[in-house]
Amino acid sequence: MKDPAELRAASEVRRAAMVRSAIDSARVLAGMKQGEDGAVVVFEGIVRNQTRGRKTLYLDYEAYEEMALRQMEGLAEQAVGQFQVRDVAMVHRLGRIEIGETSVLIVVASAHRAAGFDACRWLIDTLKRTVPIWKKEYFEDGAVWADGEPFPVDMSAANLPGTGSTKAGDASN
Amino acid sequence: MRVRVLFFGVLKDVAEKTVETVELPEGATTGDLLSAVDARIPDIQKYLPSVAVAVNQEYAKRGSRLSDGDEVALFPPVSGGRR
Repeated sequence: MKDPAELRAASEVRRAAMVRSAIDSARVLAGMKQGEDGAVVVFEGIVRNQTRGRKTLYLDYEAYEEMALRQMEGLAEQAVGQFQVRDVAMVHRLGRIEIGETSVLIVVASAHRAAGFDACRWLIDTLKRTVPIWKKEYFEDGAVWADGEPFPVDMSAANLPGTGSTKAGDASN
Repeated sequence: MRVRVLFFGVLKDVAEKTVETVELPEGATTGDLLSAVDARIPDIQKYLPSVAVAVNQEYAKRGSRLSDGDEVALFPPVSGGRR
């Protein structure tokens, strides 16, 4: 875990953003390309039309916004250091998102493709496990909060007194 | 001491609120807070084992001490991006 000063310093770099309207992926991509880059890896998460055979109408994303943005900045900063890529841009959209629209965009620019792919994969996987964003999925006959992946063990509050041992997050709610 | 508790995702629906102020004894930990939340909110218990706690916007370790005025956020497993 980074200390708050480091995160604040990272947030001044502004590699991450939260938006409430359509993500202009082409514009972000164009803005990332520079002469020293040999590869730009792009990941877009888009809203799928079904979950386990059940027809999805749309999704609604919410976040603990300030913390989520700082976490995303921290991940981008970490990726640049850890994978030796030149730069990273991450954008997550909140609110109602329709089928086929982009909910998250990650762009990694690097001299060589291997580092770009590795960094991009790590960024989306880590974002999905640690950044405080949640989605509610709306179907024709109701809505459920999507199951998340379990938190990494050092972030989980489980095993605290009085929390029992029942598995939570079941989609039956 | 008093802490401000924020609920997110499914916890917000179960608690039927987004924020609540909870009074705790001095020296209370995140575990004590979860016990207090369990005692005052019906049906939240089954969600608590998979919850993560952030204190003042930083993930808190198990058993972290709380201070008066802390903002304590309770997170169900996160689900941003797409799977």
